Amino acid sequence: MTVKLGIPSKGRLMDKTFDWFEERGLTLKKTGSEREYSGAVEGIDGVELVLLSAGEIPRELAAGRIHLGVTGSDLVREKVPSWETRVMELAQMGFGGADLIIAVPSAWVDVDTLDDLDAVAAQFRKNHGFRLRIATKYHRLVRDYLREHGVADYQLVDSQGATEGTVRNETAEAVADITSTGETLRANNLKILSDALVHSSQATLFKSRAADWSGDNRNTLMALENMLGL
Amino acid sequence: MTGLVQTNAEALRIRALFEAKGAQLVETDILQPAETLLDLYGEDIRGRAYVTHDGLRGEMMLRPDFTVPVVQWHMETNAEPARYTYSGKVFRMQEDDDRRPNEYLQVGYEVFDGKSPSTADAEVFTTIADALSGLPVRAATGDLGILMAAVRGLDTTDARKAALLRHVWRPRRFRNLLDRFGGKTPAPASRTALLAQSDPLAGVEPHGLRSVAEVEARITALRADASAAPIASEQIRLLDELLSLRETCPNVLSNLRDIAVDMPSISDAVSRFAERLDALSAAGVDVDTLEYEGNFGRTTLEYYDGFVFGFYSTQRPDLPPVATGGRYDALTSVLGGGRAVPAVGGVIRPEITIALKDQA
Repeated sequence: MTVKLGIPSKGRLMDKTFDWFEERGLTLKKTGSEREYSGAVEGIDGVELVLLSAGEIPRELAAGRIHLGVTGSDLVREKVPSWETRVMELAQMGFGGADLIIAVPSAWVDVDTLDDLDAVAAQFRKNHGFRLRIATKYHRLVRDYLREHGVADYQLVDSQGATEGTVRNETAEAVADITSTGETLRANNLKILSDALVHSSQATLFKSRAADWSGDNRNTLMALENMLGL
Repeated sequence: MTGLVQTNAEALRIRALFEAKGAQLVETDILQPAETLLDLYGEDIRGRAYVTHDGLRGEMMLRPDFTVPVVQWHMETNAEPARYTYSGKVFRMQEDDDRRPNEYLQVGYEVFDGKSPSTADAEVFTTIADALSGLPVRAATGDLGILMAAVRGLDTTDARKAALLRHVWRPRRFRNLLDRFGGKTPAPASRTALLAQSDPLAGVEPHGLRSVAEVEARITALRADASAAPIASEQIRLLDELLSLRETCPNVLSNLRDIAVDMPSISDAVSRFAERLDALSAAGVDVDTLEYEGNFGRTTLEYYDGFVFGFYSTQRPDLPPVATGGRYDALTSVLGGGRAVPAVGGVIRPEITIALKDQA
């Protein structure tokens, strides 16, 4: 029996994850050729490395098919209903930081807060005959946030990429997206609502509550937590 | 599920009681056009209902309730007075608690009769109560008509009243707005800065579908709002008093009459409340022990705008309400394209009545 550790299979997130574990005495390695998604863990026994797309890690954690996983805290909240009951945050890793925000056209000089957005949504619906469209791929996070804050008369439209362009293309009036610097938003004549931080995300090491933690796996977890200083 | 046969039999028993009251049986499709429900309930319903999709009809929803299709059925046939009953499953996504069923039976009784609203209210309440007789339940009631009349009667601008009425069913934003309009929370700095500019629209290029003229219209509205006097703290205190009422109905009536002295705008709504109590009493309900809660019915899926009620287990507070209902005149107006029909109704969940019977 081994503890399966899922980590992002490419890019900066993978490199930073390797570094984070390395600093704590664990060497994660891709094995085989550059394009092959298999890996190894050195420095501890009983841990198997699984390389996955960051977007699939939440689902695998929730199902208990991997024991531990590194992914963005936004992705877990978006993809796993009642996420706290199915996974547990072990460590916030201090990189991959980005904010899920709501942005509107800079031309909307009358809009700065959620309160404004809600009022504008009501008027927009009256004027245009349909609910104000917010383009996003974070449906659950944004919907929960807007419900909690009592915003009405909006609709979420799905946008899996180039979300900032939807306003120009008139397929949405506002966007809810991840940003770290806000540069792309500004380049597309959008501005961030000042009081609507939906979620502040960073790379996080999660533990699955559904995975098999009996026997050796429990001891492995304890050894691992020790090394990671958790 | 082992109990499904039993639950179906219980549903038919209840439905037969409703039919005996003269209700006509209606059937509705399980797949409902999503657009109608989304326009009515807003995006929130996506988190509570199952959405599916086909290439021709677009988005469809597994019916989350019967109210909408039954109202639509009534609007098409348009015979009045009309009484309907139905039984069938509704489907609700349960993302917070997977022990809650995601499909369950509802048996309903709906009355479309504008002749005497108080009599119709009492008829629905007692019909539901009769079907639950012998079970360990308590009833709670409320009246959103009183809150809405109080808001309409506030001494403030129409725009503010409209904003508050729009959020009657979202208590948190309602409260935020009230704090703002009452001067308790100051306007955000960004708004003050905007209104201080002589030409806030200088250099603004249109971007997206919302036009510069719409931005300008809102700035005009914001200026008007900024110059309007705050809602008097006395009026807000009375609103708070209405919302915090929690008493038996006769005591509430006497409280409401006191409040109406300082807030005459609720007088008609209070008279309707009194008429309803008379009608309930005449129908055999012991109104002296009937509970009233000023906040009742503000967070349910249905957009009730008058009498609201629920029946709860006295022994199992963990169970969902065994029955809920209320008046939804405004909803018929939205679905009927402005043509309103006075309507009141309620539903029973047979699986809960069985759970209560098993206990008794």
